[in-house]
Amino acid sequence: MTAPLLSVEGVSVELPTPRGALCAVDKVDLALAPGRTLGIVGESGCGKTMLSRAILQLLPKRARLGGRVMFAGRDLVTLDPEALRRLRGPELAVVFQDPMTSLNPVLTIGTQIVETLQAHLGMDAGAAFRRGSALLAAVGIPAPDQRMRQYPHQLSGGMRQRVAIAIALSCEPRLLIADEPTTALDVTVQAQILDLLAREQRRRHMAMILITHDLGVVAGRTDEVAVMYAGRVVERAPTPRLFTNMRMPYTEALLAAIPKLDSPPHTALPAIAGRPPDPTRPLAGCSFAPRCRYADALCSGTKPPLEDPEGAGALYACWHPLGQAAGAA
Amino acid sequence: MSALLSIENLTVEYAVGGKTLFAVSDVSLEVGRGETLGLVGESGCGKSTLGRAVLQLRRPTAGKVSFDGTELTELEGETMRLMRRRLQLIFQDPIASLNPRRCIGDIVAEPLVIAGLTDRAERERRVRDVLTAVGLDADLVKGRLPHEFSGGQCQRICIARALILEPELVICDEPVSALDVSIRAQILNLLEDMKRRYGLTLLFIAHDLAVVKAVSDRIAVMYLGRLCEVGPTEQLFTRPAHPYTALLLEAIPVPDPAVIPATNLAVGEPPSPIAPPSGCRFRTRCPRADRVCADVVPELREIAVGQFAACHHPLVGA
Repeated sequence: MTAPLLSVEGVSVELPTPRGALCAVDKVDLALAPGRTLGIVGESGCGKTMLSRAILQLLPKRARLGGRVMFAGRDLVTLDPEALRRLRGPELAVVFQDPMTSLNPVLTIGTQIVETLQAHLGMDAGAAFRRGSALLAAVGIPAPDQRMRQYPHQLSGGMRQRVAIAIALSCEPRLLIADEPTTALDVTVQAQILDLLAREQRRRHMAMILITHDLGVVAGRTDEVAVMYAGRVVERAPTPRLFTNMRMPYTEALLAAIPKLDSPPHTALPAIAGRPPDPTRPLAGCSFAPRCRYADALCSGTKPPLEDPEGAGALYACWHPLGQAAGAA
Repeated sequence: MSALLSIENLTVEYAVGGKTLFAVSDVSLEVGRGETLGLVGESGCGKSTLGRAVLQLRRPTAGKVSFDGTELTELEGETMRLMRRRLQLIFQDPIASLNPRRCIGDIVAEPLVIAGLTDRAERERRVRDVLTAVGLDADLVKGRLPHEFSGGQCQRICIARALILEPELVICDEPVSALDVSIRAQILNLLEDMKRRYGLTLLFIAHDLAVVKAVSDRIAVMYLGRLCEVGPTEQLFTRPAHPYTALLLEAIPVPDPAVIPATNLAVGEPPSPIAPPSGCRFRTRCPRADRVCADVVPELREIAVGQFAACHHPLVGA
């Protein structure tokens, strides 16, 4: 495997709340090589967005960050603000969930693209406008010159997300973080945006982190998947292996809870009982234990480490992994 | 199956800055007693407007809505208010649809108070029953405020409030799209349980075909204010007749890496409902569109047994 472009080492994020410290991300390790796509999957509040913000150094001011974020040989955590600013754009870029709030409503689309190109690549206004228009065309926006002069409210949600992607790609980043890029969009538009991201990624040999709550979205479009629960990565494996040999009961339950297209109507869904634990009251054992049907005293007493006992590049944090003889773990 | 709800040539138009927005155009549908009809479409296709027009929360521009033999469009004031006890609505955002300053017990009892049930003990008994039915511990829950609950629990409370008057028809407008996958399954199962227990008829509005499939007997697909296709759930999934239904089915992400996602399928986006295309409204995105589609509005016609499609060039049974 090629040397990783990004390596997240023991990253923790704690947020102070009136009820005590909230551990949003708990000692997460990840690595991503150039040109590869990592999917991060989990439900709301599992820490996936906080983790992406920790990588981008865009955490709220009060947040306490621990660990290292190594990007192309530099630790982003210790980098000064000016050096970070120079990295964002040409090296690191991000696409957020809601394109309406990530675009400035009082500036034209053109101004926002041109501004990025001038700030990061030092282009003059004319060249930046032509480049911006070409970028809009590349992300599938018809009549790009005309769109450059329009405001975000004049565009549909899908078009706005295309603009946000065009801005993110404008400085040829080496790593793109897409945080729920299609959650606010309709299913047909979602398919188009995911195709667009995949195509641009291949073309640019860019590394990508695709954050989503939908296992369906990561299945066909990622090389590796990390499943997060209550701030921790609980399972991480190459995508085909994760879906065929999942070990963590949470991953299994999450997949089972999705309504299947091929099951007949009125099939009862295997729902996961209960809900995730209170993040300000960490549990001593496995955080999924209270909802897990395989849990026993060991699970509620001792936190399972994230390990790769089979040596297959598939890590999981579980005392009673699926698909293995009892006592093997 | 006799129709509990029958919608005929329903049209809803909004005035937007001197122009007309065609939200729902000439839609006819029937929902049988005890049936769940799924209503699917993308944002802005008019599915929520249709749901509201049924309840007369938005008065239709034209057309009829008949509920159990009564013409709702002709009811006014007090008679409509009395009728609404038999028709209830569950919204997408469960937290926003609960008053943040009132305790759960009062929120759920409110419909009874409005209905004129003055016996406090009886109200408390019925609140307890319905909260228990939706899987909440009435004693723990009733004195607390909405912010103390998660989205899934708030949706249970909304369902309890909708069911306390024992309505016959419940319109569920995207009831699970704001919820996480694991919670979504709980709420879908709960809706199925409640339907059986209270003998409900459901109009289930959603944009997610997989979710709609899990609960519906029949499905109606809408695009830009018009019905594209109506049919029994299994039939519509295995043999979609309208190209738009087929497109929606192909666009669903499948949680299986062996399935390669279809690419370049959904060219473009829905046009503006202020200036919908002539003829078939889907023709601007349709691979099968020709001259006829631009000139003639396709009528909804029976393609296979119980399956209706509004298309000049249907994919099956042409």
